[in-house]
Amino acid sequence: MIMDEVQKDTVKALLNDGKRMDGRRVDEYRPITVEKGVISSAEGSARVKIGKSEVLAGVKVVLANPFSDRPNEGTLATSADLLPLASPTFETGPPRVEAIELARIIDRGIRSSEAIDLKALYINEEKVWGVYIDIYALDHDGNLVDAAGLAAVAALTQLKLPKYEDKIVLRGPDDYTPMPLKEIPTYCTYSKIGNKIVSDPTYLEEVATDANLTIANSDTEVFAFQKGGRGSFSRQEIMDMVDTSFTKWQELKKYIE
Amino acid sequence: MVGSNNVKLFRDDGKRLDGRELDELREIKIQPGILNRVDGSAYIEWGKNKILAAVYGPRECIPRHDSDPYQAVVRCRYLMAPFSSLEDHGRSGPNRRSMEISDVIKKVFENVIITENYPKTAIDIFIEVLEGNGSTRCVGLTAAAVALVTAGLPSKDIPLAVSIGKINGKIAVDLMKEEDNFGEADLAVAIRPGNKEILLLQMDGKLTRDELEQAFDLAYKAADEIHELQVNALKQMYENQATDVENEGEGSGVDLSGARIANVSEGETYVAEVEGKGQTKDFSDLSADANVEEIPKEEDDVADLGDE
Repeated sequence: MIMDEVQKDTVKALLNDGKRMDGRRVDEYRPITVEKGVISSAEGSARVKIGKSEVLAGVKVVLANPFSDRPNEGTLATSADLLPLASPTFETGPPRVEAIELARIIDRGIRSSEAIDLKALYINEEKVWGVYIDIYALDHDGNLVDAAGLAAVAALTQLKLPKYEDKIVLRGPDDYTPMPLKEIPTYCTYSKIGNKIVSDPTYLEEVATDANLTIANSDTEVFAFQKGGRGSFSRQEIMDMVDTSFTKWQELKKYIE
Repeated sequence: MVGSNNVKLFRDDGKRLDGRELDELREIKIQPGILNRVDGSAYIEWGKNKILAAVYGPRECIPRHDSDPYQAVVRCRYLMAPFSSLEDHGRSGPNRRSMEISDVIKKVFENVIITENYPKTAIDIFIEVLEGNGSTRCVGLTAAAVALVTAGLPSKDIPLAVSIGKINGKIAVDLMKEEDNFGEADLAVAIRPGNKEILLLQMDGKLTRDELEQAFDLAYKAADEIHELQVNALKQMYENQATDVENEGEGSGVDLSGARIANVSEGETYVAEVEGKGQTKDFSDLSADANVEEIPKEEDDVADLGDE
């Protein structure tokens, strides 16, 4: 995409003066909207927009077998689809490494933070609840990770468990028990372009990115890191991004609750 | 990964399960140039990890549409053998975890290899975990960096990686399997020794800011030690090649066909011998049934070929 290459230089040139193409500060997010409960067939769902990026997450709870090494816990699985309608760069076919990486980052933040009490998903020795988080990227204008993180955690705030009676799963309106989260992890992604670091990169800023870092965190603890891109970060840069993420947690958490 | 299980990861004497201190690495033994048909290779034993790394390239990029007219493309495949884990029989072939790890390792090597020198070609890095015991991505990356040097590819640095974790509330370097499974946090970091930049950073678990600073302190300390081992292993290999050329009067380099992967089980005596100083062992001495192949950590009596 030749226009990307042309505009990439503009992104870099502007950033040298500390400016971004859409006029944001380097640590400023685009407008965020979170709409919960958009899919009534799911046990939790949320549609998130960050600027022109849009992600839908749905949570399903189904009967599952416990893992042999964790017999007292339910299971959690996260997957992501970068739908072809979200960007011409997303192709059909089995998930490619970008989608796998996205799903695994989101999964790691939720799992590490112990947001879901997996022990509360235990039913009996043979059966547990399995929680499936599926992330659908609908429109790609950069920073799908943070949007996916918001969508997944917002969807999980609605998490409710069906009733299991006489080996039958009941999903009537009165059969569900709500299951509140124990922690709210948020995700902050940074792009390093030249020697400047920006929050919430747009698609064009991602094209111009040398290195990126996603941090999943609360206001005091880091739950996950994932660095990408061929560029590098210094230790100081990483600690600065950690500090920014701790501060951003308050702001981002409001959209989830 | 979350340390919800109360598994004791320290012995009564305060040391880790394998007797290490918090800032102590497992024994590391690197053997460069061990494979015959590839452009570069290295075998590493790091604790109970046994990993082979190999590099091909620059070679023709197939499929062609993957190639880049301006630089070489770097491709990486990290894989765990089905028999590499104690409990499970893993499925052969890539899975979601291995695809992600392959991708983050690839980005480390994209950073250091001077790919602009070889447009339209591919550089392929293969990391095969034969036996895994915690921190395999870090161990594999460290071995692949050595393999890359033996392939003669121009590279800005020799990267390395190490894991840091939180076990029973304490920050410790180089997690072995039990610490990885039952610890509270696990951080993998790859460092470019020349400028101390961070090329790979992955973490899961829970770490506060202070703990993170401690983790970086340990990582940089370990990085110095690992880098020295990498360089010494390479020096040793080239030293042996030079000696061979001198002795035989041939310019064809050393014959490594006799070299085999050490058949060491359960971390036997070879562990202590890594610390031995000034031992020089000729690669051509290694026979197929050799049990032990040691790479000396210190090589005061070995000439630095880089100065010549």
